[in-house]
Amino acid sequence: MLGSETSLRAWSCILGVAALAIAGECLIAAAMRGLGDLDHLRTGPGIRGYLGPVRAVLSSPIFVAGALCMALNFFALLFTLSIVDLSLAAPATASLTYIGNAAAAKLFLREDVDRRRWLAVLFVAVGVVLLAH
Amino acid sequence: MKHRLKASQYAILLTVMLTASVGDTLLSRGMAQVGAVDLHHLGLLFRALANPYILSGIVLLIGFFASYMTALSWADLTFVMPATAFGYVVVALLSRFWLHEHLSVYRWAGILLIVCAVGFVAGGPSRTEHPTDADLDVMDCGAGR
Repeated sequence: MLGSETSLRAWSCILGVAALAIAGECLIAAAMRGLGDLDHLRTGPGIRGYLGPVRAVLSSPIFVAGALCMALNFFALLFTLSIVDLSLAAPATASLTYIGNAAAAKLFLREDVDRRRWLAVLFVAVGVVLLAH
Repeated sequence: MKHRLKASQYAILLTVMLTASVGDTLLSRGMAQVGAVDLHHLGLLFRALANPYILSGIVLLIGFFASYMTALSWADLTFVMPATAFGYVVVALLSRFWLHEHLSVYRWAGILLIVCAVGFVAGGPSRTEHPTDADLDVMDCGAGR
């Protein structure tokens, strides 16, 4: 009984970490899509020209929300690692994040996730699990 | 809608692939030199910043984040994702051929799957979008003229 409770807690943490990563990546992707090609935002030649894109990115509220989710994801992962082995937590969160990102990209970012991309996501998810073996 | 990538954009994707994996490897090597950090010795984290491996790792990870966001400004999330996963392959190959570690059959199978995934996505368009309701309205208006 205790084992199943621990397992439920572990998988809840893993799902929470993956959900925060999916939210963060989708928000950042939405912010970057809204800004368009960063090369077009450059204010001039040389390193100073990059101030324009940096200012545009940092002043986007969607980007800030995404970055906040990624920061929460980092701390949630640290907490998860305190109760789940790295050998389970790392591949499980990575695989769930790849699959969840594809679904969220189709639903919220309106990307055309065709059969080829679904297959790629599936291959990556299984590949990550195999690499952690 | 098809979008062709420029050479500079392929370079950005290559940077995404390499910086994350090499950065993580450098951080790992640096932290192995610094030693275990616990709540009573948090000062070690500041000392870690003086380690050249840690510093190089941090610089590479900043480079990863910048190139990742640049890629997302002209490509789909589902196009860039397999490129980030390719970092796992780079780490595995570095550990095999640089650190001379043994790779099991499972890991070689994982590498093969991720390489196939990158190949699938790289063959398609970098940016796609479903037509929005507003786009459909405009198309309807155009058809009516």
